[in-house]
Amino acid sequence: MLTERMNPDDPELVEFDVRTDEMLINMGPQHPSTHGVLRLVLRTDGEVVTEVTPHIGYLHRCAEKIGENLTARQFLPYTDRLDYLAAMNMNLGWSLAVEKLLGVRVSDKTRHLRVIIAELGRIANHLVAAGCYGLDLGSFTPYMWCFREREKIVNLFEEVCGARLTYSYITPGGVTADLPTGWLDRCDAFLKQFEPVIPTLHALLTDNAIFIERTAGVGVLPAAMAFDYGVTGPNLRACGVDWDLRRDGEPLYTEMYDGYTWRIIAPIDGRYPDDHPYPSIPREAIVGDSWHRYFVRMLEVVQSIDLIRQGMAKYSQAAGEVDKPIEVKRKLPKGEAYLETEAPKGQMGFMLIGDGSPVPWRVRLRSSSFCNLSVIGEICRGVLIADIPSICGSLDIVLGEIDR
Amino acid sequence: MNVEAIRDRLARPFGPWVVNQDLAAIDPWIEVRGEGLSEIARYLLDEPDLAFNVLHCITGVDYFQPDAKKAAQVDWQPHVELIYHLSSTVHRHRLVLKVRLPRWKDDRPNALPEVPSVSGVWSAAEWHEREVFDLMGVRFFGHHDLRRILCPEDWVGHPLRKDYEMPTEYHGIRAR
Repeated sequence: MLTERMNPDDPELVEFDVRTDEMLINMGPQHPSTHGVLRLVLRTDGEVVTEVTPHIGYLHRCAEKIGENLTARQFLPYTDRLDYLAAMNMNLGWSLAVEKLLGVRVSDKTRHLRVIIAELGRIANHLVAAGCYGLDLGSFTPYMWCFREREKIVNLFEEVCGARLTYSYITPGGVTADLPTGWLDRCDAFLKQFEPVIPTLHALLTDNAIFIERTAGVGVLPAAMAFDYGVTGPNLRACGVDWDLRRDGEPLYTEMYDGYTWRIIAPIDGRYPDDHPYPSIPREAIVGDSWHRYFVRMLEVVQSIDLIRQGMAKYSQAAGEVDKPIEVKRKLPKGEAYLETEAPKGQMGFMLIGDGSPVPWRVRLRSSSFCNLSVIGEICRGVLIADIPSICGSLDIVLGEIDR
Repeated sequence: MNVEAIRDRLARPFGPWVVNQDLAAIDPWIEVRGEGLSEIARYLLDEPDLAFNVLHCITGVDYFQPDAKKAAQVDWQPHVELIYHLSSTVHRHRLVLKVRLPRWKDDRPNALPEVPSVSGVWSAAEWHEREVFDLMGVRFFGHHDLRRILCPEDWVGHPLRKDYEMPTEYHGIRAR
């Protein structure tokens, strides 16, 4: 690339630096590292990207319009298809929003059950994120190892609700069925087996020299820019912001985690809160870069294991039955309710406007990935083409949720 | 700060623009006039005691009942409503801001209603406003790149309008 000192019209310059023309490169919509049907148009000067223009909408199904034609219960399977890698957490977000409008509160037993399921969903999502991120950067083994572990969570979910991807298990008003007998023991066995696997995943990626080279200091997102663009979830926490809706959200959501002890995972003053046996932060890493985004997710996996253990203890002690779902044609009162939950990918918001009939007048889905992706034009300015998959993968987006 | 205090705080400099509120709603909201939106947004972000640094979501709602029989029973006049969900991570307070627009500008069919863009205040609005423009048909003036985001560029109409009719075919693809 030409530096500022050089005059590009100087004939001698050609001797040691070839002038390059600006080039437009189309990346996607069918590209393995865009995590779905995302199309990026890159304006490049040699190897350097000067501008990134994302084009989305290839998976648009008008989910909000569908919501205007179905009752709140009937819309639940459509929420599975938003973030299909964390369908349980999408179910939870929609259920809580409907409960907020209806003024329904669930029993203690139900809420502990929901914590167990939601945190398992978070682990499953973060395993896909970490595994695919390794694949984006040219390493195949983490992908297989992460999917091997995720498979066991999917098996647990299958036992609970019969589905392996689109669960529709957590429903407005409660859950479709209580846990099958012996499930808690099998869940506990999985956690016992999974815990020693985490250091092996760290050994594959976290302190791998090539991985650090590709991610540390790449795609640095300052905290102020993250707020400006509405970036949330692990991507926000990786900027050193102590913010998690499980603690900072609306009471209706945070009371689900009442009585649980846990700390928000974010690099504050250059270190992560918990003393853990996992790799230390590499010298090259800058708070807010791709490496931190990846590392926050890996630590959240450990935290979720702890939350599940607490949830299982509380669930088995709680008296009574779990709550049943609301009736399919339950009438919605007049009013508007908006609720955001801490889904694995960020703050997922659901809004519904009731008009007295069972069918909402309007359904609104605030997608976390949509906002997280919108910042890509800013953080990809001036990076190398090879860094684009690294940045795109570290944001952990899912196009089903972006395009809705 | 609760919503009532924020309403009073806004009413001092922007009295005539703060037109309505419902403080007893599930999510209490304040309605402001469209022409004052960008100044109010700037004020909400810049004032240290308000500091609304996160724009979560912009929602467009079409209040129009195509069924004449049902239209006689509703208690509103046809209009489009924009809902802005804001919050402050500094003071941990939330705000729902509403703007009421006509369904069509000057009641001329297919002339999109207009409202000032807040994308200069919160960059998150860039994509949200494109989405509302695309699906609800509201023009945000001052937005530097207002084009469709989810639907194809040559799509006709705004699907979330209540009187929207699905096309029968699109480039030879049967749609119904």
